[in-house]
Amino acid sequence: MTPASVPMQRPTDARLLEVDSGGQIRGMLRSSFPTLLRSGDIVVANDAATLPASIFGVHKRTGRSVEVRLAGSESVFQEEVRQFSAVVFGEGNYRTPTERRPAPPELHPGDTLQLGTLTATVLELLGHPRFVLICFEGPSERIWEGLARHGHPIQYSHIPAPLAVWDTWTPIAGLPAAFEPPSAGFALDWRTLDAIHRRGVHFATITHAAGISSTGDVELDTRLPFDEPYRITESAARSIRLALAVGGRLIAIGTTVVRALEHAVSIHRLLKETTGVATNKIGPATELRVVDAILSGTHEPGTSHHKLLSAFVDQQTLAKMDEILQHHGYRSHEFGDSVFVEKSGDRAAGMELNVFGLRHRTATEGYMLQRSF
Amino acid sequence: MPNESVEMHKRQELSPWKSIRVAVTGGTSGLGLALVRMLLDQGARVAFIARNRDRVERLMRERTDARGITGDVSQKGDTYSIAIQILGDLGGLDVLINNASSLGPVPLAPLADTNCEDFERALQTNVLGPFRLTKALLGALAASAREGRRPLVVNISSDAAISAYPNWGAYGASKAALHHLTGIWNAELASHGVQIISWDPGDMDTPLHAVAVPDADSTILRRPEDAARELVSKIADLILPVREAS
Repeated sequence: MTPASVPMQRPTDARLLEVDSGGQIRGMLRSSFPTLLRSGDIVVANDAATLPASIFGVHKRTGRSVEVRLAGSESVFQEEVRQFSAVVFGEGNYRTPTERRPAPPELHPGDTLQLGTLTATVLELLGHPRFVLICFEGPSERIWEGLARHGHPIQYSHIPAPLAVWDTWTPIAGLPAAFEPPSAGFALDWRTLDAIHRRGVHFATITHAAGISSTGDVELDTRLPFDEPYRITESAARSIRLALAVGGRLIAIGTTVVRALEHAVSIHRLLKETTGVATNKIGPATELRVVDAILSGTHEPGTSHHKLLSAFVDQQTLAKMDEILQHHGYRSHEFGDSVFVEKSGDRAAGMELNVFGLRHRTATEGYMLQRSF
Repeated sequence: MPNESVEMHKRQELSPWKSIRVAVTGGTSGLGLALVRMLLDQGARVAFIARNRDRVERLMRERTDARGITGDVSQKGDTYSIAIQILGDLGGLDVLINNASSLGPVPLAPLADTNCEDFERALQTNVLGPFRLTKALLGALAASAREGRRPLVVNISSDAAISAYPNWGAYGASKAALHHLTGIWNAELASHGVQIISWDPGDMDTPLHAVAVPDADSTILRRPEDAARELVSKIADLILPVREAS
């Protein structure tokens, strides 16, 4: 696949490869996405806006230039804006492929980083010389101002032109909490939301702080995805419960939605209002308890996002999908084409017994479910 | 704490506005300033935006419960910086008041004497600025609706948007465009639970009016505090499920 190199969220020729529950694969324009939905389904998207999480500055002890990429936080709420995990690079910028970026100066707890008007202190190293916990100084409004004025969207070398913040916000972006865009949501413009609404499809959002997708270090990349905080509101949880109760499918827009929802049900045994930190890694051994299908980007084999798809379909189907994506020149990365992957029928059938009361297929049981929550 | 302040604090704690998050552009003078003060008094969580950092900081010193943001809504490049700070500071948004306005040419001039650049400034501030900021904040407003709130955008309009007053060409045409934009936004967003209205405060005794009509008799002009009170009451009708008896 070729990385999409232009930051256009919804090119008219964007393509979608559908893998249905029977393993059948077909291509279409991504604008046809609403036709894959059925009345009663619920589409769940990640409404996190993307922080300008790359900040350039100076490591004060050595005077050397650094780029700090914020990578994680304890919570999606603004009170937690002070403390972040971060990946630190040496000189240079996104135009150099991440894996070739120079290492930062040796970082120690107590080191100060001057990042525009922002001052941050290294609190601790997180098991790797370039992965640290930092704390910004000053009141939260000053930190927001500093991020807004001095931060840039995290960017990689496959896009030559510098990204603007608006390139990285999905149309539904709300709370600034993500470190990289929840890019599957680029597909959801307001026209599409109206179209799915007209089909009798429900829509809900969660907020999940999508983390960074590459650290430039092979060893550190094995730890991806990092822990990611999320919030599921009571209204979203209720919408999802009601849709599932009457047999609707849950369509996740992006890997972050899968991760958050599956994490929440694994902790609470049901979907309810939750703020949590997703620590789960989803792969072939994962039993998906709430999500039925995913709209996602086209991911390269070997990445954590690609591995997540193997929770939906077997390796053989996934390999077939990869081959078609490759052969037909689908575009990859955040501004690329998309896949729609439905959980295979055998996995879905097996799961009906294991869903902690979330999967009731009859109207009567659905009514009981509504009352029981 | 003086008795008056204690009373206000009590009123704010019980206020239905307590959880309402409001952003006001042009918040350091005229109607915007009166709105910021009144909304804070009601107990709302308020972020205000203005171009002049000194004035922003002065108001933040006066009202430590407000979040001040320095930015210019007429500048495309400021849009997301402002949006990030509003959403970060308030944790979301329920009400956006697009109040910042530009007269265009000062002193006011017939269209035939209006420079393109002055007209463009009026369009940037009065039409494109509110359009861009609304668009950037729409995801948060729609999220507010999905959480069962009744989010609202108020675009401050003028009778010059409706009537053709000589010398008010740039301002009137831009406010007419904003007025129409508002109607279309509202029709398109009704299904998403986001309300968008125009509101005309009338002729007020504000710095903007003084620039437009230097020889106006200020005693017959409306006080911005009175206009703000009327608008806050209207907003309450539209967003609060049950009005408190006052």
